[in-house]
Amino acid sequence: MSGPKPKELIEKIDYNPPQKGWMDVPVKIRKGMYCYASNPKSVEYVHLPHARPWNPLEEDWKLPDNWKEIVHNAFRERLDRFRSFKVFMDICVRCGACADKCHFFIGTGDPKNMPVLRAELLRSVYRNDFTTAGKILGKVAGARELTLDVLKEWWYYFFQCTECRRCSVFCPYGIDTAEITIMAREIFNLLGLNIDWIATPIANCYRTGNHLGIQPHAFKEMIEFFVDDIEEKTGVKVEPSFNKKGADILFVTPSGDVFADPGTYTAMGYLMLFHYLKEQGLNVTWSTYASEGGNFGFFTSHEMMKRLNAKMYAEAKRLGVKWILGGECGHMWRVINQYMDTMNGPADFLEEPVSPITGTKFTNAKSTKMVHLSEFTADLIYHNKLKIDKSRNDNLIVTYHDSCNPARGMGLFDEPRYVINSVCNHFHDMPRNTIREQTFCCGSGSGLNAGEDTELRLCGGLPRANAVKHVHEKFGVNMLATICAIDRAALPPLMDYWVPGVGVTGLTEMVANALIMPGEAERTTNLRGEPLSGMEE
Amino acid sequence: MRIEELLAQKKTAIIDKWFDVVADTYPADTAGFIKRQKDPFSNPVGGTTQKGLTGLMDELLGEMNHDKIDSFLDPIIRIRAVQDFTPSKATSFIFSLKKLVRNQLNKSDFNEYRILAELSELDLKIDLIGLMAFDIYMKCREKIYQIKANEEKNRTFSAFERAGLIKELPDSGPELA
Repeated sequence: MSGPKPKELIEKIDYNPPQKGWMDVPVKIRKGMYCYASNPKSVEYVHLPHARPWNPLEEDWKLPDNWKEIVHNAFRERLDRFRSFKVFMDICVRCGACADKCHFFIGTGDPKNMPVLRAELLRSVYRNDFTTAGKILGKVAGARELTLDVLKEWWYYFFQCTECRRCSVFCPYGIDTAEITIMAREIFNLLGLNIDWIATPIANCYRTGNHLGIQPHAFKEMIEFFVDDIEEKTGVKVEPSFNKKGADILFVTPSGDVFADPGTYTAMGYLMLFHYLKEQGLNVTWSTYASEGGNFGFFTSHEMMKRLNAKMYAEAKRLGVKWILGGECGHMWRVINQYMDTMNGPADFLEEPVSPITGTKFTNAKSTKMVHLSEFTADLIYHNKLKIDKSRNDNLIVTYHDSCNPARGMGLFDEPRYVINSVCNHFHDMPRNTIREQTFCCGSGSGLNAGEDTELRLCGGLPRANAVKHVHEKFGVNMLATICAIDRAALPPLMDYWVPGVGVTGLTEMVANALIMPGEAERTTNLRGEPLSGMEE
Repeated sequence: MRIEELLAQKKTAIIDKWFDVVADTYPADTAGFIKRQKDPFSNPVGGTTQKGLTGLMDELLGEMNHDKIDSFLDPIIRIRAVQDFTPSKATSFIFSLKKLVRNQLNKSDFNEYRILAELSELDLKIDLIGLMAFDIYMKCREKIYQIKANEEKNRTFSAFERAGLIKELPDSGPELA
């Protein structure tokens, strides 16, 4: 018998990946790393083209016959329409400053997740189709033709970007890779290639007003369910108002706060805070129609973002309020801060926001007319308008995750920390290069917080979790606070995998637990029904 | 000289090489980054691997305390269990240590019965760590599926609950005659 000798067998085993140029490494769509294709019904409902069932794992994506032409024309149209996109395609010198700043690159170890290389996936086709050098020199000039494999590669990697913009902080030219992802996703939508975690929430939002399609009466009932829960825990019956014409302020928050734990406790916090302030002159109303702060249109196309965002101003106009207060949400704030005013504004029927309690003018929101709840709460605390018993939160050792969009998208760094330090005695920040403008994404933003892509989310969340683990081990941190509904949904499983023993909370939940409500019964538990500090049996 | 003394002397060099073995399981651009970036928060894969391998080496030369090995090995395997590795690729670096150790020996050392006996003992310890790595890998994969299942379960349950379709049991049931 002359089979292979053990040595020969061992020599054949090579655990190192092949050393090829990136253009020669074909895309391999791995389970756990992508989201399911969109439900055709949802695509049709919002009038997007080429709705059909298709499966990313199958060879045939059932693309329209002229898909290359569609992509080429869409590319050209966007280069003409968005000066920034054209500039971003041209000016990158591939210095690599962004390369290792992406949480998906750091977590997956896949070089195509380096922001520079992810952009290069698109840029290579740009060179081929739209630049003279690329047309003549081809691969030498970094150009390549658009093929089906290239399209699949685009799809796989542009849905491995959460548009968090951490890379753009480090780019010496200020290239915003999120905008490149936004363009790529716009093009996918022209081919019917959205993911369902985005497409169906959009259709629901457009039809019913929120991601899950909770109808107005059910939305109201869910909030009334919280009212009972609050009464049980505090002895105080709060009385929220819905769709109240003539209210001073319209409150809009992500619907995740209403249906997904632990966001629900933050929603209870909103209700308690508003009830507390009623006597001091707060006249705020919830809308069962503009019942979604989140805007997955932002991850689809500019037009879809505009369409879904419009309902906020429309509802504010219908109810005749003075200004809008926004809850703890992530990308909603980038849409509001960066786009709303020019997309659906000017909201000249609204007034410049002024706190009815403190008289503070929110000049930063002069144009959009929409104030972030953390700013509003920080101002209340600063003016001593809230009676707080900090010790109720003594069993919490807290750290704060800067949600990408409020942090990088609108510079909200200090207000949330001020609020936390005002309602908790134990707070520890994570290392400097993982917070504030350098914050690491939760790994689930931009519509990627589905169930089928758990591996992707765990990889993307590794740098964030790694920093939490550090403060957990060093200071005993057991609670991760955040002001984004996607964070509140995405971080608990992330902690469960990487740093067991760390919970997740919204800011207003902690505020409400510490808030001394007039007429309250002795508070023995927090809103989750867990014993407060000193009340353990 | 005993093998363990030799390893203790060359510990840093071996750990460095071992670290490179782990880094080189990633594509070249990634491997370069993992080796170069020393900040553990900018480079959690590198930081975790460095810390873990150093601890594992101490245990190999020391008491082979099960809990300590687990605490150093778990973070490395936990990362590799979610990345694009097959189970064998995720754990292969442990067995590479055998070769790295042998490379530190002189040819003549292999003629010494005592050294060969000690090598075989060390191999057994490395195998033990390898077996633990399989357990951790499986535990991590099961955790991932548990997370997926829990997310689905919670979503369905809360939807039923909020829709008022679930009736909680009252404090006391009917009296039976």
